[in-house]
Amino acid sequence: MKRELVCVACPLGCGITVELSDSGEVLSVTGNTCKRGEAYAHSECTNPTRSLTSTVKVTGSTLPVVPVKSAGPIPKGKLIDCAVALRDVTVKAPVKIGDVVVKDILGTGVDIVATNIAEVK
Amino acid sequence: MQNYDLVVIGGGPAGMAAALKAAECGVESIVVLERAETLGGILEQCIHTGFGLHYFGEELSGPEYASRFIELFKDTNIDIKLDTMVINVEPDEGKNIITAVSKAEGLVDYCAKAVILAMGCRERPRGALNIAGTRPAGIMTAGTAQKYVNIDGYMPGKKVVILGSGDIGLIMARRMTFEGAEVKVVCELMPYSSGLQRNIVQCLEDFNIPLRLSCTVIKIHGKDHLEGVTIANVDENRRPIMETAEYIECDTLLLSVGLIPENELSRSAGLQIDNITSGPIVNQDRETEFRGIFACGNVLHVHDLVDYVTGESQIAGAGAAKYIKGLADNDPEYINTKGINGVRYIVPQRINLNGDEDVKLYFRVGQVYRKANVKVTCGDVVISNKKKPKLAPGEMENVVIKQEQYKDFDRNSEIVIEIVEG
Ligand SMILES: Cc1cc2nc3c(=O)[nH]c(=O)nc-3n(C[C@H](O)[C@H](O)[C@H](O)COP(=O)(O)OP(=O)(O)OC[C@H]3O[C@@H](n4cnc5c(N)ncnc54)[C@H](O)[C@@H]3O)c2cc1C
Ligand code: SF4
Repeated sequence: MKRELVCVACPLGCGITVELSDSGEVLSVTGNTCKRGEAYAHSECTNPTRSLTSTVKVTGSTLPVVPVKSAGPIPKGKLIDCAVALRDVTVKAPVKIGDVVVKDILGTGVDIVATNIAEVK
Repeated sequence: MQNYDLVVIGGGPAGMAAALKAAECGVESIVVLERAETLGGILEQCIHTGFGLHYFGEELSGPEYASRFIELFKDTNIDIKLDTMVINVEPDEGKNIITAVSKAEGLVDYCAKAVILAMGCRERPRGALNIAGTRPAGIMTAGTAQKYVNIDGYMPGKKVVILGSGDIGLIMARRMTFEGAEVKVVCELMPYSSGLQRNIVQCLEDFNIPLRLSCTVIKIHGKDHLEGVTIANVDENRRPIMETAEYIECDTLLLSVGLIPENELSRSAGLQIDNITSGPIVNQDRETEFRGIFACGNVLHVHDLVDYVTGESQIAGAGAAKYIKGLADNDPEYINTKGINGVRYIVPQRINLNGDEDVKLYFRVGQVYRKANVKVTCGDVVISNKKKPKLAPGEMENVVIKQEQYKDFDRNSEIVIEIVEG
């Protein structure tokens, strides 16, 4: 079986063709421009992941929210659940870039970290 | 009057990179004038990742990318004036006058040997669209919604339709989904999306949000607040096909119909503006037709990747430094660059054949091509002719012209880039 993918690992967005066996094993990857594309094709066909970015509320700061991201990739199927969980999170200023906002979100083993500063009012 | 060697207008990624590069090249008195309360420009609201892969080799969010540059200012003596809006630029070679207003200092004139324009771009507003019906609340550009959600922490609506498939619209489709909104459809007037492929996959397909190509909003419903829109497919002349009209209930309509460089200052300064890019005409140092006035970033042409903005702005910063130190070429010999057969525009628009470095020409195509050649010629000389698997309007391309090639070009010719199919 053949699967056509668009690599999302960088903005070039190469078109990739993956050949799969009946049991879902990756037999070949073509069309990618670099190694990251091959890794993406493997992961997309076996265990698709995405990085998550959102905001969480912050108290005591000049701004009402601070942006966050997942420190690593999250299984695609858990993306929405993690985003929903972040809607109820509030942190206290000051916040620095890289501060862990949620540890091990929903048991994925991935931390959510701040991507901007929030200074004290 | 305050005197500086270099005044940089705008403290987004373009202005920051240009100012830092000029300082690195030895310019001692530099000021950055920024109308917002922070440096960083539009990056502060672009909280998704995808910035910096080319420049830093890692995937950063907008604020993280900006902070890397903001940090670098601490080790320089570049002056930064925030909350400062430039209202006029009066070109006068070697002693340009820049007028700005701020709460802290009131109205101030700056006199500068060189000026770098880095005002960025803004979104095409809703007035630019011709849609029948009322004008209720709930209609805004995707960038405005991005600021509401990511900076002000406020969700503008729950049921969303997006018109236009530019990257900001695609990114906002996912962002609003994460915050609990239902994004019903993204309508794109053209038969292709102007957004990056990766954003169509990651922001729409991942969440089963439909993208309807050759489709537009033909009517707006609701009195005080938006209640719904009517959408319809369009024919090849972009006229709506009435039989396909369909009502969609929504409280928010986001417009993502393109960006335009913010060039009011450049225009009133008398700079010649390229009709296609909507930015000033520049040479390979990103110097405009007025000596000592440079432009870079989205004010020059709309970039899809901030990494390219940084690269271009460093060129402008280095060019300004050369000019300020009196090292610029006083007898430039210019020839123009010209895009034909599918190439919509090229930046820079002209190159000085006495330049001492290779020149990268950036260009965009007007439609999608598969397996086509990019052919670059000057008179009878074929400079390069390379096969490309895919060319798309949403993705900026570039070709390099070597200094040892262009130095001998015919002074009365032009450099032509074209697409050859088949
Ligand atoms: C709403 C929006 C969202 C975007 N989202 C993305 C994205 O998700 N990903 C991406 O890669 N690119 C995005 N872009 C493109 C992005 O603008 C560029 O990648 C990059 O930020 C351009 O840098 P710049 O410095 O040229 O412009 P900007 O970042 O726009 O910076 C220009 C700066 O100049 C200041 N300024 C303007 N006029 C004046 C004046 N008269 N006086 C003083 N200061 C002034 C502005 O306040 C601003 O800080 C977006 C653009 C817009 C408009
Ligand atoms: S294959 Fe490599 S170059 Fe192509 S999109 Fe993926 S990461 Fe980018």
